[in-house]
Amino acid sequence: MDFALTDEQRMLEETLTRLVADQVSPEQRRTLLNAAGTETSALWRTFAELGILHMPFSEDVGGLGGDGTDLMIIMQALGRGLVPEPYLAGVLLPGKLLALTASSTQQQRWLTPLLEGEHQLALAWQEHHARYDAFAVSTQAIQRNGQWLLTGRKDVVMNLKAAATTLVTARVESGKLGLFIVPAGTAGSTMHHYRTMDDQSAGDLTLENVTLALDNCLSEDVSNALSEVLAIGRAALCAEAIGAMETACDQTLAYIKERKQFGLPLAAFQALQHRMVDMHLHLEQSRSMAILAATSLTLPPHERDYKIAAAKAYCGESARFIAEQAIQLHGAMGMTDECYVSNYAKHLVMFDHYLGDSDYHLETVSERLEVA
Amino acid sequence: MNLTFSPEEQVFRTEVRRFLSDSLPGDIRERVRLGRYLRADDHLRWQNILSEQGWLASNWPTEHGGPGWGPVQRHIFDEECAAAHAPTVVPFGVNMVAPVIMKFGTAEQQQHYLPRILNNQDWWCQGYSEPGAGSDLASLTTRAVRDGEHYIVNGQKTWTTLGQHANMLFCLVRTDLAAKKQAGISFLLIDMQTPGISVRPIITLDGAHEVNEVFLDNVRVPVENRVGEEGQGWTCAKFLLTHERTGIAGLGHAKQALRHLKSLASRIEHRGKPLLTLPSFRQRVVKAELELMALEVTNLRVIAAARNGSAPGAESSLLKVRGSELRQELSELTRRALGPAALPFFPEFLHGEASLDEGLAQRAAGSAQYFNRRKLSIYGGANEIQKTIVAKTILGM
Repeated sequence: MDFALTDEQRMLEETLTRLVADQVSPEQRRTLLNAAGTETSALWRTFAELGILHMPFSEDVGGLGGDGTDLMIIMQALGRGLVPEPYLAGVLLPGKLLALTASSTQQQRWLTPLLEGEHQLALAWQEHHARYDAFAVSTQAIQRNGQWLLTGRKDVVMNLKAAATTLVTARVESGKLGLFIVPAGTAGSTMHHYRTMDDQSAGDLTLENVTLALDNCLSEDVSNALSEVLAIGRAALCAEAIGAMETACDQTLAYIKERKQFGLPLAAFQALQHRMVDMHLHLEQSRSMAILAATSLTLPPHERDYKIAAAKAYCGESARFIAEQAIQLHGAMGMTDECYVSNYAKHLVMFDHYLGDSDYHLETVSERLEVA
Repeated sequence: MNLTFSPEEQVFRTEVRRFLSDSLPGDIRERVRLGRYLRADDHLRWQNILSEQGWLASNWPTEHGGPGWGPVQRHIFDEECAAAHAPTVVPFGVNMVAPVIMKFGTAEQQQHYLPRILNNQDWWCQGYSEPGAGSDLASLTTRAVRDGEHYIVNGQKTWTTLGQHANMLFCLVRTDLAAKKQAGISFLLIDMQTPGISVRPIITLDGAHEVNEVFLDNVRVPVENRVGEEGQGWTCAKFLLTHERTGIAGLGHAKQALRHLKSLASRIEHRGKPLLTLPSFRQRVVKAELELMALEVTNLRVIAAARNGSAPGAESSLLKVRGSELRQELSELTRRALGPAALPFFPEFLHGEASLDEGLAQRAAGSAQYFNRRKLSIYGGANEIQKTIVAKTILGM
């Protein structure tokens, strides 16, 4: 049992925290958001230079072999600074799937430049009628005349606009779930871009008889790999939420110490002190769950998915609680776009909508509840 | 980071488990399992077995006769004891007054009292709260006036747990009226046989005689029974409150209560199916399961920090708040699970010797325990006080 970080991990945390503090002020964040999907930012190139992009990938695919804790450190630092770069959607999820499924030629073509920060990718796993179920896929892939034909529609594909290529799940004729490489601009694919409630770049992807070469198929049975990657993504999201919760709590605490009413700082009122402590309690318990998630990635799938579902469900509810209280304790200021904490609040609430919400994950825990 | 116990720690767990399975008397285990109150003799029999094994003073260093365990071993020991339905060691001697005597006591006090605690010769109780001094403990008014080589003590203590069995009382008294309220307090060790002491039972809402009022009427206490300097009592009391609070979440008890709840709710039927399949009920069990998972990791974080030498301060307040809330929720769900069977109340069975047939006995304690567990968020510093401590010490408000 050990909760301490190694020297390397402390260095990673310090470096990234300093970088984020330096490069992602509210104004810089606005600029990054406006530029999203056009060209790679200087910050992203720095990520590549520092090995942040390589960290969660194993050495045999050119990564640094970081573990769940390394990933947690990165995501937490990004969450603290509300960094809008698509680390999860653009690198981690599609990259991990490539690492698990791609041939070495495919890896060279798509994964190597990804880790070098030369391009970004996207993963289209979500469909309109499936809510959060990654395996209820109606997009079809059929093989005809030495080619693949894909038809279907993928919803809320994160980082779709910036992606050089999108990995698409589709049902193959065997009934299993396949995974395909659909490069941007492929004939028959249309994209509809938008922003999410928390300012991320996303879009819907429609595929109508999209024709792909045979080697654009990464896998004709991707279920286990997809489960593993979604588990990694969920653990990463929990860590990111912890970072955002920390900042939301810090900013709220600073505000209520400074803001005066009735001749006293708000922090002098016991009702507000206890509310602030409740936020802190939610944060610390969620931090424990994020640690549990990060250290569960190497467990057997059944156990891994149980613990990660528990963590995601728990963090989802805490994130919403902290977001709502952060707005409430900031009073009307918390309602404004100008007040930076409102951006954190939006992200913390919308956190629950990424990779399955609390209800979805509570169901998983409930189904697998162990009864002695 | 990793959350797994080391091989040595796992061996230790096996050793504790084997000891409990071999040495815990079956009748005591059964009494704890059914939620019946223990008699003084049950406590003593078990504590003598622990003492013989050298495990009674689980938080003592070896030089005073403890096993010299670290926080991880203590955690494992507590968890296994709860899982095995072993009685909780009565904490007032071994866990509360002993560390104070070790830290602030004279060599004579240490030589006299510590072995007696280790051998269960003395049964200690606590004289802290007063009718007018609960959360605001420092406003206590029990007065000790110096008279030669004695203090003459007058006043009233309350909520004195298991004081009816005790022969020794550690007591906060006011020795200086003029000093600032914390500074006028001293820490006295009082023999309960001294003339002028009377104990009156307080029956709690679950029908239990767990706590008492203690009246002190011109009680003569030798000056040598003071621990620390005159006026240093608050320092002793505060030390006691911050010492070894890694077990405060009651994690072992919460785990045991959740196991019991799940087992109960899968045996009790609701419309022909296990109650645990009723969605509204199951949802609350699932949420309790999640809270327990989080609490367990938080507890391990605090234990790991303690192992590395940092004293758990305000973090133990977090553990106390969340741990007590969870245990209360589990007692609420257990009571609800019983349905109409929660209604019958058998105090002669729960508190006394009366027997009850197996079916009723299994379910007899549910409601009484629910009401008893309300104390968890009140004692040891009410949860509201804990939140104020966190607000002041961690958040700087």
